[in-house]
Amino acid sequence: MQKSVSVKGLSLNFGAVRVLQEMNLDVENGEFLVLLGPSGCGKSTLLNCIAGLLDVSAGQIFISGKNVTWEEPKDRGIGMVFQSYALYPQMSVRKNLSFGLRVAGLPRDEIDERVARASEMLQIEALLDRKPANLSGGQRQRVAIGRALVRDVDVFLFDEPLSNLDAKLRADLRVEIKRLHQRLKNTMIYVTHDQIEAMTLADRIAIMKEGIIQQLDTPHMIYNNPVNLFVAGFIGSPSMNFLEGTLSGGAIDLGDVSVPTERYGFEPGNEKWSGKAILGVRPEHVVVGEGASQQPFFFDAAIEIVEPMGADTVAWTRLGSHSFTFRADAELNLAQGQTVKLGFDAARASLFDAESGIRI
Amino acid sequence: MSNPTVISTTVALDAVSGRTDFAGPQGPRPQPFFTPKRVIIYSILFVACLYYLFPMYIMVMTSFKTMPEIRFGNIFAPPVEFTGEAWVKAWSSACTGLTCQGLSPGFWNSVKILIPSVLVSTAVAAVNGYALVNWKFKGSEIFFAVLIFGSFIPYQVFLYPLVMITRELKIFGTIWAVILVHTIFGMPILTLLFRNYFASLPVELFKAARVDGAGFWRIFLEVMLPMSLPIVVVALILQVTGIWNDFLFGAVFAGTPNLPMTVQLNNIVNSAQGTPEYNVNMAATMLTGLVPLIVYFLSGRLFVRGVAAGAVKG
Ligand SMILES: Nc1ncnc2c1ncn2[C@@H]1O[C@H](COP(=O)(O)OP(=O)(O)O)[C@@H](O)[C@H]1O
Ligand SMILES: [Mg+2]
Repeated sequence: MQKSVSVKGLSLNFGAVRVLQEMNLDVENGEFLVLLGPSGCGKSTLLNCIAGLLDVSAGQIFISGKNVTWEEPKDRGIGMVFQSYALYPQMSVRKNLSFGLRVAGLPRDEIDERVARASEMLQIEALLDRKPANLSGGQRQRVAIGRALVRDVDVFLFDEPLSNLDAKLRADLRVEIKRLHQRLKNTMIYVTHDQIEAMTLADRIAIMKEGIIQQLDTPHMIYNNPVNLFVAGFIGSPSMNFLEGTLSGGAIDLGDVSVPTERYGFEPGNEKWSGKAILGVRPEHVVVGEGASQQPFFFDAAIEIVEPMGADTVAWTRLGSHSFTFRADAELNLAQGQTVKLGFDAARASLFDAESGIRI
Repeated sequence: MSNPTVISTTVALDAVSGRTDFAGPQGPRPQPFFTPKRVIIYSILFVACLYYLFPMYIMVMTSFKTMPEIRFGNIFAPPVEFTGEAWVKAWSSACTGLTCQGLSPGFWNSVKILIPSVLVSTAVAAVNGYALVNWKFKGSEIFFAVLIFGSFIPYQVFLYPLVMITRELKIFGTIWAVILVHTIFGMPILTLLFRNYFASLPVELFKAARVDGAGFWRIFLEVMLPMSLPIVVVALILQVTGIWNDFLFGAVFAGTPNLPMTVQLNNIVNSAQGTPEYNVNMAATMLTGLVPLIVYFLSGRLFVRGVAAGAVKG
């Protein structure tokens, strides 16, 4: 099937700074793809390249099967939403929404109809005659989304659209964007550095670091099968416990303790792997209390610090000489100094080559 | 006694009546008027005011006196016989060289020079600044550097080449020569002004307009220009006062019939014939200075309003 957006061998340099390197990316029709990565890793740059706002240094970009590498932004069939909203401050909301259509020279009634449809969808009908200065942040971002909506495009590009909003609004608008996607079924490429947004919205997530896509997969696979240490550490909060040791003969020796790895799902061909390795255990995969002794590996731990989060509690302890965090039900009323039984199963853990950081 | 509802009621009552029993400082800190800092600041301001206002006072007084009274001396005294004759003469009949029509022709010449130079230079500089920020072309940085460097070269260096250029263009000695020269010389500083202003606007605004399909002029006219009121006002103030106060270019390029007000003022004040008419000179000087003064007063308010309007940008 024809891809909605295809990036082939894309490189982009700002002078001597190589921001994107040989990037390849295919986005399916109607897919919600999230670009996730730390600040400065080149997410916005990639999005700007797809939008045609930056000239690429090498490579090609296809949108709906058409090579648009040299096309103007307006001819690419894209709509874009920016973090700073970028509403035209001197125009009313109605003028903001219709600007692109007026530029394109659409007839008046067609413009009115599209503006009405978009504002109904985003529930901003009551705001149409206001200036952006008189809107709240959430309302502004709705208008910005509306401005992309009226253009009837195939591909939506979002550049951290929710980052300037407070937590509550962010959660609300996140759901609304998801609803919008289900209703429109457009392709959406969504940039964020917020892993919750990425996990909740994405069909697939592309994790980027220093201009290179580390892993492109479903949220489930990214969370459970991170391909390297970077991805493993980036996704999940609190982040994964990394325990360095030596892997050989069905167990990893962490110095003072040895954790069996028989139940671990090795990548094909790695079953006999041995050497310096890192065991990754997610704090939420640790079993606390009675159930712990049913796990393939369990130990007693003294709690050093407790962080109550409301629904659950994060506690800091030690496994041998390694710092170790786990997440427990708040009902357990964990307290500092208390000793608890902890256990986990290597089947849900990850193993990485200590040298290259790649999943074993 | 131990009834908690009773206790909470009294606390609430306390809050309502505003009664507080805290010892020590509370509430807003008192602000005595005569602090040492204030006394010093106001004294300095007062002296500065006197320094600037005193000559002004003498000018105004003198301009309303008759010549015999001025010759009598005592320049500080207010006029005994209050008369506006000097102002009328300065405006309409004082001799500026060969003609004796007062400053009025010079005033209109200055207006004719001012309006096109200000409008053209501001408009071109706005487009320049916008292009330099948003449509970076190969060498745009160098272009900008050269432009800025140009603004540091003393005017006198350009004078003779410009005379030759305008002569070649067959406009030397006409009003168009002065307009051209003012437009050129206003360009670097105004371009710098507009460039910095446009650079301070969020670049996403420009990107959004590009995605919406707008081109160079459309973005400039419909997105950028409506946001530029504060900086346009600044540019206008700079140019109006600068061009109005110009003497050199007017004297060199305009030709006798087109001499601006400043040059004619000089001709009145420095005329060699007869005894100097101090009252007329004073009145003429103030008339000439009136335009920049009015511009400052009017645009000052507009300027503040413009800046405030820009501050709440979306
Ligand atoms: N116009 C530019 N000139 C030079 N370097 C830039 C420019 N824009 C971005 N960069 C650099 O490119 C890298 C990626 O930037 P960006 O794509 O904005 O990152 P992010 O993932 O946070 O969106 C950053 O290191 C940034 O400093
Ligand atoms: Mg970014």
